[in-house]
Amino acid sequence: MPVVHFTANLRRHVDCPTTEVVGETVRDALDAVFAQNPRLRGYVVDEHGALRKHMNVFVDGEQVCDRNGLSDAIGPRAELYVMQALSGG
Amino acid sequence: MSTTVLVSTRKGLFTVVCRDSEWDIERVSFVGDNVTLTFPDHRDGAWYAALDHGHFGVKLHRSDNRGETWSEVGVPTYPEVPEGQQEVGPSGRPLTSSLKLFWALESAGDDRPGELWAGTIPGGLFRSRDRGDSWELVKSLWEHPLRKQWFGGGADDPGIHSVLVDPADSRHVFVGVSCGGVWETTDDGETWEPRCKGMRADFMPPERAEDPAIQDPHIVVACPADFSAMWTQHHCGIWRSRDGAKSWQQIKAPPSSFGFAVAVHPRDPNTAYFVPAISDQRRVPVDGRVVVTRTRDGGESFDVLTNGLPQRHAYDLVFRHALAIDPTGERLAFGSTTGNLWISDNAGDSFACISHHLPQIYAVRFVPGT
Repeated sequence: MPVVHFTANLRRHVDCPTTEVVGETVRDALDAVFAQNPRLRGYVVDEHGALRKHMNVFVDGEQVCDRNGLSDAIGPRAELYVMQALSGG
Repeated sequence: MSTTVLVSTRKGLFTVVCRDSEWDIERVSFVGDNVTLTFPDHRDGAWYAALDHGHFGVKLHRSDNRGETWSEVGVPTYPEVPEGQQEVGPSGRPLTSSLKLFWALESAGDDRPGELWAGTIPGGLFRSRDRGDSWELVKSLWEHPLRKQWFGGGADDPGIHSVLVDPADSRHVFVGVSCGGVWETTDDGETWEPRCKGMRADFMPPERAEDPAIQDPHIVVACPADFSAMWTQHHCGIWRSRDGAKSWQQIKAPPSSFGFAVAVHPRDPNTAYFVPAISDQRRVPVDGRVVVTRTRDGGESFDVLTNGLPQRHAYDLVFRHALAIDPTGERLAFGSTTGNLWISDNAGDSFACISHHLPQIYAVRFVPGT
């Protein structure tokens, strides 16, 4: 199953342990985590569901391409990392 | 006099308390985090703190025990803009439609317990009827055709930094916008009109200098005892109104009329305070001297108050929400970009420095009833 990891800096504000999820896109994976942890959503995406400007999601080491739709496909054993960008903030 | 001051800074919220005539920092909340604004609600004693986490967005927290513990509540959300239908602002850039900052937090009136107003960047006015748990956009203002003329001053996007509720009629509200002027509703937000007659924006070409929708009042205040008596520290100087913003008159103050903050006395509409800087281009005190200017005659004359303030090589700037006056009108507090916090117990005749070492100060607020 795909696994989603979160930056330790985010864990200072919201409890967000590494989580196994079911899904075929980045959006599926994140929505699965947010369903268990609704407060986390607003820390990662904005009110329209787009990835926050200074956040990054890596899938198996590569940054996602579709920052608004998060439609990037993920494999069944994908490793997702939700990280801070070094810009901004 | 109020004995508690909430100081919002780049690195936390400081609760500063006076006991036995001594001021001290009683508590630091959200240490390390960017606290941009607070609102202590005199109606139910709740304290609200707005945070801007940068990477993780804007959040609002509420405390029901004077800052001992906080819980996260809701934040405003902007309407979704369908792809390809994004609005374009006067600069030709697309208009932002997601929350960037809480820039005003106020009670919606003593007759409306738990109801709040929030002004935000970009240019939103929101109402909560449940103590901040949920927020509703005031569509009448957001959809007003002139709203698209607003633009950012300092920030990339315009924002609402002042919300003034008439103590005699909660349906009567003014908002101040940078850059977008002063707006009035008398029907609880159903309809809005710009109220900037007399203001002048030197940053625009001459033919648009008096355009109401692009004025830059940095902050707008009204005297609680005489709500028609208003003051604004505008980007291009100081203005006052004696007729509830139907008309504004420019006031000149020494040593400069440029600045961000203004406070008006709670009972005397002719007494107001400012903290000047040199100019738009040089946002530091004149001659390196921090001064507060005070008028007690409606702007006819000013006292330049210096007692207790640094008068040599001081480069403090005081932001728009960082000057406050307490409900007695005797106690003043202000904080600076350099992390200095000053309080006066005698209407500005002298100031004491409470700390030289705070993080950059965004906002200062007295807790009423303390």
